[in-house]
Amino acid sequence: MSEQEYYIPHGTYWPIIGSIGVSTLFVGFANQMHGAEWGGSVMALGFAILVFMMFGWFGQVVNESTNGIYNKQVDRSFRWGMSWFIFSEVMFFAAFFGALFYARQFSVPWLGGEGNNIFTPDLWNAFSASWHQMAFLAPGTELQSGTVMSFPAIPDTGIVTATPADVVDPWGLPALNTALLLASGVTLTFAHHALRAGHRNQIVGWLVATIALGAAFLGFQIMEYGHAYQDGLKLTSGIYGSTFYMLTGFHGFHVTVGVIMLTVILYRVQKGHFTADNHFGFEGVAWYWHFVDVVWLGLFVFVYWL
Amino acid sequence: MTTATASHDDHHGPEKGLMRWVKTTNHKDIGSLYLWFAFTMLLVGGAFAMGIRAELLQPGMQLMEPQFFNQLTTMHGLIMVFGAIMPAFVGLGNWLIPMMIGAPDMALPRMNNWSFWILPFAGAILLSTFFMEGGAPAFGWTFYAPLSTTFAPDSTDFFIFAVHLLGFSSIMGAINIIATVLNMRAPEMKLMDMPLFVWTWLITSFLLIGAMPVLAGAVTMMLTDRNFGTAFFDATGGGDPVLFQHIFWFFGHPEVYIMILPAFGVVSHIIPTFARKPLFGYSSMVYATASIAFLSYIVWAHHMFLTGMPVAAELYFMYATMLIAVPTGVKVFNWIATMWRGSMTFETPMLWAVSFVFLFTIGGFSGLMLGIVPADIQYHDTYFVVAHFHYVLVTGALWAIIAATFYWLPKWTGRMYNETLGKVHFWWAVISVNVLFFPQHFLGLAGMPRRIPDYSLQFADFNLISSLGGFAFGASFILLTYIVIDCVRNGKPCGSRPWESAKGLEWTLEPKAQYHSFNTPPSRALIEAESQNS
Ligand code: HEM
Ligand SMILES: [Cu+2]
Repeated sequence: MSEQEYYIPHGTYWPIIGSIGVSTLFVGFANQMHGAEWGGSVMALGFAILVFMMFGWFGQVVNESTNGIYNKQVDRSFRWGMSWFIFSEVMFFAAFFGALFYARQFSVPWLGGEGNNIFTPDLWNAFSASWHQMAFLAPGTELQSGTVMSFPAIPDTGIVTATPADVVDPWGLPALNTALLLASGVTLTFAHHALRAGHRNQIVGWLVATIALGAAFLGFQIMEYGHAYQDGLKLTSGIYGSTFYMLTGFHGFHVTVGVIMLTVILYRVQKGHFTADNHFGFEGVAWYWHFVDVVWLGLFVFVYWL
Repeated sequence: MTTATASHDDHHGPEKGLMRWVKTTNHKDIGSLYLWFAFTMLLVGGAFAMGIRAELLQPGMQLMEPQFFNQLTTMHGLIMVFGAIMPAFVGLGNWLIPMMIGAPDMALPRMNNWSFWILPFAGAILLSTFFMEGGAPAFGWTFYAPLSTTFAPDSTDFFIFAVHLLGFSSIMGAINIIATVLNMRAPEMKLMDMPLFVWTWLITSFLLIGAMPVLAGAVTMMLTDRNFGTAFFDATGGGDPVLFQHIFWFFGHPEVYIMILPAFGVVSHIIPTFARKPLFGYSSMVYATASIAFLSYIVWAHHMFLTGMPVAAELYFMYATMLIAVPTGVKVFNWIATMWRGSMTFETPMLWAVSFVFLFTIGGFSGLMLGIVPADIQYHDTYFVVAHFHYVLVTGALWAIIAATFYWLPKWTGRMYNETLGKVHFWWAVISVNVLFFPQHFLGLAGMPRRIPDYSLQFADFNLISSLGGFAFGASFILLTYIVIDCVRNGKPCGSRPWESAKGLEWTLEPKAQYHSFNTPPSRALIEAESQNS
């Protein structure tokens, strides 16, 4: 195929399969949440259909690419597509960061009576607002001390006044994870340089290192969740728990997807799919990985540290 | 930029049979699918509106339970916004953008298929909520917490997933349009040669990619608040229901411009054609569109003046809202200046376009009134708001969609619609729509609240008038359906440029545009000759 011709594919079944898959997944999920016994299996079925679709669709694109059907212009379309997809992801995370900032700057202080106290005339007299606000138990609820929550509580109220250090210590595992992810960004860049220089073995080495760092990150993140959960920080323990788990959870999900994508890229490198000047698949995944990296920096600063 | 040509195996036409539509990767097929889907949803949403107006015909409760009334208003809004207006514009974009920029097709054709084929699934999930226990969502199309979290029926979770699917579709559609405009343009076409419809859609795509993920975030928080015990919108856990409104309107206000910017583009094509003058102020149109898009991200809380925001925020959002009137005014001025001393004729598309300018401006003015904090304290949540957004959305966005349909139908079908019927339909629609919505201004100023199935006696007369106008307006769509089908089936074959002073690359294609638009990119001379910027 010549440089002059923009490849326009023929009819395709993958999208409709994808639509069926994702709808099945969602319908199963909704029913699962409403207590239907079959919900989980339908979800699994939908997920399987989606995985099948992704293998098929991406496989076809990879085939077309390695058969040289795509020209530079097609490559550019993929680049625009991937960059704006990543931007949409940024905006998705922005919604959750927005919720975090809002809760921290406005709703929690207002509940504590800040401003004109219009929101909380005599909410609970013992209530004092502080960030990392945990569950507000109704006044008088007894804490089963030592079991559920190990945070300082105002005597006789059950209202928890946790401070940052009570929740998670940013300079333990989170700092280690920051280092891991930052390092993985560096190793991935080395892999890219090696790819451009055409050193297959080096690419593989650096890619394996990147994947290992990503996997280690995930492992520590799970440990971290374990600690937090044991200390009583749950999805249900108030707005800090909500933002903490949703932000880190979605981020962890993205890291997982990133690790899977890197593994696919590793496989493709070994298959010899990439050349020194034609390797969009690699670059697209690298962009994604760096994006995940940057989101983590935001998390580290705003969720763990400050 | 390398030359854009279709690969060799594309010279044959479409496949036969039903599977053509399921498998298609062709921008025209997908455009038609979008347009027919949108039209179907328009009729469904319209049927709900008929139900609403029937209940409001007289004071007292006549036809339905209040709960069902609320389900109707909710689903009417959701279906019209996400099922009718947005898909219709994506359909127009699919059909027109490749033709207008001299490209063979969209940049990412398989993904294009997916962004359409998610929609019927989303629509089906959304509509199925009517048949669930507890009924469909009844909290209004803005689904404020805690109505949509603590107090909503189980079907809400299906609604949430439907919104997710709609979001995927819009984001993929927007990405595709950006890649197409930036990468598939004829090599000789500079950005400032692009027709305004292309410009407005490009800018709309940025709005979509910025706003839809935030909506996805909002419904995801709803989902976890409802099912997994998070406290985003729950004050007992340190969250805040008002936070929901902030996130929703951070999406919601750009969303209203998502629905109107492509309409601006359409009108900027039709008016020059029938005024037989070049578009006045091309570049100011581009800059005005871009500044409207930018401003639309920083005015969201004008929907929340009554939530008890700090005064500084009220003032800021009021002034920022007023600012939008400036670029909008530039556009209206330019359309009028284009018509100034033109030799105008009023074929059907022009009738729709001119009435767009007039009626949309009414909606813009009522928007300005609502943007004034002290006034909005009176108008908020009354029928005045309903009148405002129907003037901008029905006689704005929908008007432009109908205008575009009449204007480009000859290019899509190679045939001419029936001009007399077109005019009859226009006058029928334009009179009835004003009978329908204009009295709602008075109702709102007199204090009639929105989203309530009953009202006190002093509102009876205007509601009766409004309902009668509503039924007439609804019926006008039967005629529209007939005109379109008649054109496709029996219309007189027309030339490749049925409007003699129309400009644009699409008119250089065959009378019924060929399956793949431009297999060889147009030359610089042709682009210049067809440019709106001359
Ligand atoms: C001249 C520019 C505009 C201004 C200053 C403006 C201002 C406003 C304000 C202040 C409100 C809130 C009223 C209230 O709830 O009390 C509002 C509501 C609304 N506007 Fe506009 N608007 C403008 C243009 C538009 C356009 C172009 C559209 C859509 C195409 C639009 C669609 C809506 C909708 C749908 C609502 C109601 C949302 C709801 O509560 O359901 N507006 N507008
Ligand atoms: Cu607004």
